[in-house]
Amino acid sequence: MKDYEVVVGLEVHAELNTKSKIYCNCRNAFGLEVNTQVCPVCMGMPGTLPTLNEKVVEYAIRMGHAMHCQINRVCKQDRKNYFYPDLPKAYQISQAEVSLCGKGYLDVMVDGAMKRIGVERIHIEEDAGKLLHDESFSGSLVDLNRCGVPLIEIVSEPDIRSSAEAKAYLETIKSILQYLNISDCKMQEGSIRCDVNVSVREKGATEFGTRCEMKNVNSFSAAVRGIEYEAKRQIELLESGGTVVQETRRWDDAKGMSIVMRSKEDAQDYRYFPEPDLLTIVVPEEKVQALKESIPELPNEKLQRYVFDFGLSQMDATLIAEDLTRSALFDACVALNRCKPKSISNWILSDIAKYTNETGKTIPETALTPANLTSLIEQVEQGVISNASAKKVFAVIVAEDKDPLKIIEEKGMKQNSDLGFLEQLAKDVLAANEKSVNDYKNGKTNALGYLVGQCMKASKGKANPGIVKEIVTQMLSE
Amino acid sequence: MKLFEKSAAELSAMLQKKECSAVELTQDVLDQIAVAEPQVGAYVTQCEDTLEQAKRVDDARANGESLHPLAGIPIGIKDNISTKGIRTTCSSRMLENYVPPFDATVMQSVHCAGMVITGKMNMDEFAMGSSTETSYFHQTHNPHKIDCVPGGSSGGSAAAVAAGEAIVTLGSDTGGSIRQPASLCGVAGLKPTYGSVSRYGLVAFASSLDQIGPIGKSVKDVAMLQSVIQGHDSMDATSAYRTYTNLCDHLSGDVKGLRIGVPKEYFGDGIDTCVKEAVFAAIRQLEAQGAVIQEISLPSTEYAINTYYIIASAEASSNLARFDGVKYGYRTASYDGLTDMYEKTRSEGFGDEVKRRIMLGTFVLSSGFYDAYYKNAKLVQRKITQEFQQAFQKCDVIITPTAPSPAFRIGENINDPLKMYYNDVCTVTVNIAGLPAVSVPCGRSSDGLPLGMQLIGNAFAEQTILNAAYSYEQIVGGFHVIPEAFCTGGANA
Repeated sequence: MKDYEVVVGLEVHAELNTKSKIYCNCRNAFGLEVNTQVCPVCMGMPGTLPTLNEKVVEYAIRMGHAMHCQINRVCKQDRKNYFYPDLPKAYQISQAEVSLCGKGYLDVMVDGAMKRIGVERIHIEEDAGKLLHDESFSGSLVDLNRCGVPLIEIVSEPDIRSSAEAKAYLETIKSILQYLNISDCKMQEGSIRCDVNVSVREKGATEFGTRCEMKNVNSFSAAVRGIEYEAKRQIELLESGGTVVQETRRWDDAKGMSIVMRSKEDAQDYRYFPEPDLLTIVVPEEKVQALKESIPELPNEKLQRYVFDFGLSQMDATLIAEDLTRSALFDACVALNRCKPKSISNWILSDIAKYTNETGKTIPETALTPANLTSLIEQVEQGVISNASAKKVFAVIVAEDKDPLKIIEEKGMKQNSDLGFLEQLAKDVLAANEKSVNDYKNGKTNALGYLVGQCMKASKGKANPGIVKEIVTQMLSE
Repeated sequence: MKLFEKSAAELSAMLQKKECSAVELTQDVLDQIAVAEPQVGAYVTQCEDTLEQAKRVDDARANGESLHPLAGIPIGIKDNISTKGIRTTCSSRMLENYVPPFDATVMQSVHCAGMVITGKMNMDEFAMGSSTETSYFHQTHNPHKIDCVPGGSSGGSAAAVAAGEAIVTLGSDTGGSIRQPASLCGVAGLKPTYGSVSRYGLVAFASSLDQIGPIGKSVKDVAMLQSVIQGHDSMDATSAYRTYTNLCDHLSGDVKGLRIGVPKEYFGDGIDTCVKEAVFAAIRQLEAQGAVIQEISLPSTEYAINTYYIIASAEASSNLARFDGVKYGYRTASYDGLTDMYEKTRSEGFGDEVKRRIMLGTFVLSSGFYDAYYKNAKLVQRKITQEFQQAFQKCDVIITPTAPSPAFRIGENINDPLKMYYNDVCTVTVNIAGLPAVSVPCGRSSDGLPLGMQLIGNAFAEQTILNAAYSYEQIVGGFHVIPEAFCTGGANA
């Protein structure tokens, strides 16, 4: 078999979480009683006209900035004409010729290395309604609540070369949408959907193979499965002497396979033309700039910093970078420069994560301050207190803003690290436990643990266990 | 003279002076409808509560409430303007039983003014036509000659004013649909600047060209009604945000120094001699009052009809796609699956002319043809608009014929679409360029049919063209709108 390369392009549709719909004043809400969030405009009644919700433009431009897109300050909206019962006007208002956001890119991390994926465009459009099928009624009924829910469609360049890259790209988009608070990203509610374009070619080839578009991909894991299935199908087809034909396929995730929806010949002619009911969108340069300045450091940028500057693992870095509260705490602690970033990461992903999970509180809702947390970690790193003590201190500072040094002082948690004291202590303990010393010398190495434990006991737990262990080991080998 | 024969301006004064009541006036119009409607057929739907509406106005006046000058004046509404609770058919089988759940913005204005809605006026189906012959319901006849068409598409609106079946009416104009029937029925009709009247609630034919406008017996009537319906509307993104002044307050008959442009392209071979002579005569009368006449040229006019039918049909094919039998309107009786339902519903629900334009519009937007047709048409649109802009640097008003001929006989052109489309030759450019234009009567043909002239203004220069038209109206001593046959004389005469 020849060596093949898979080429993937993704079209991601994300519902924006604006208060109202894109072309009318109806509420933009999910899960309410059918046909209650509607008005003559979004129901497409004769004579009604759309008026553009400016927030949609703002949200889309922010996403454009996050993906380093060129912003087309002057652009139009176009009609995409097709008949379907969930589309009451029989056209969808979208953008064809010029989209609000043009070329850009997104850097994503795959297996610890950065990969840049080109973005062709981001445009705004309206969502359609939903057809309802149920055994309690015959035929299909239409729910128009979703009509006019604002969407952005993010179209990637065919730069993705594996299902893992696709997954990283999708997850990065999702985390950015959440960071910017412009989409709820609830997959189960269909607020992010994607169409997947897949082709294969021999490694090293410069021309693209014939692509197939897959629709109905409703989760990121489905996208991974779909790409793998489709690549395999196309490679097998080519290997058996066949050719791939351009077609639109439907992904059936339950069956784990794609089936043909329509061939290229049956491709619909959407007869796009400029929407005459809406004016040209003109965004002032100052507004484009102001929106750019409102973009915080994004999770994919943080991820890069955490891995390459602070040496965190991709897994740990991702878990912190994708959560705004975690990354805020992490960055604040790192900035104090009192302890190792890795230690901070460990605390955030263990004790702090455990606490927030158990209590349901978010990090800002706790009493935890970067100063107290780094102070605590510093004491552990310097061996002033034991890990067990540290957990007790943490329990205090997560509940109230109290200086860890004070807590350590009050509770007498300070470990004794004085070498002279510890050597005398070890000498005494070894002298009193001759049997164990002999056991150790006869190869019973677990006697070491017993002897260290006896030292700790003799010091009433104050001895620094690390140093004690070193001294005892040293003495036993003499 | 009976009340229905009077203009809205005269009746407004009488109502305010309590020389007649809104109920008396409305009853007079209802009586006239009873007499004239069987011959004219201007209405699709007559309101049943007109006298109650009138009574409310009289009560308000009796209570000393401050009322709009047009309060109590009976008005007919073209049947493509959405009226809450009153069926709005667009003269189509498709919407035969469609009752809108909301009022068009202009209807809110009309209600606010306290006008009395008489009913919904017949039209060409979905405003596509120049003769009101494509109405699904019935033919409307020209009150001046009953076997002639009233023009179209606002044929019912124009005929009703000419027959005294309403004092004023609202029409809509996409390529001449207010001005051409106004011309053929011998009444005044204004197509306002695109964006000056909200389109919200007007069932769209061609969104970038459609505009609602007034039809009346006199220039002043038209100015009064336009002043009611104009204004910015946040529900219509194409509505112009600007200051609108009452057009009646500044209606002067003074044309001294007014620069009138006469474009030679509008007086070519296709225009009847009687029309040309009548318009030239009117121009000379304005010149005698001090207007300065100059010949101008609008060379791209010859491409206007093609341009118009491409743009208008393209938009129509999309705008009318929503009539699919799913949610409201006509649905075929039996069908096998979704596609069959769509096909049968639309085949049965639309008439031939509408289907012709949907097919034409679908074709010009199709991939592979878009650039050759739609894109080029948009370029010509820009050219035509530029030529008007240049012309308006040299003149204030452009005068042309409104229609190439007086009213033609019913059935004469209906099987020849191209000949029918030629009716719009003088009017479509105005829609293409988004300008205002008013048509006023200017004499008669040898067999007594009304002729019309069109006064075109720069964008938002409604006041200028209405002033010039008003001047002409003064010169000729008023337009005698209602034909003898429909004036019964009587107690008030």
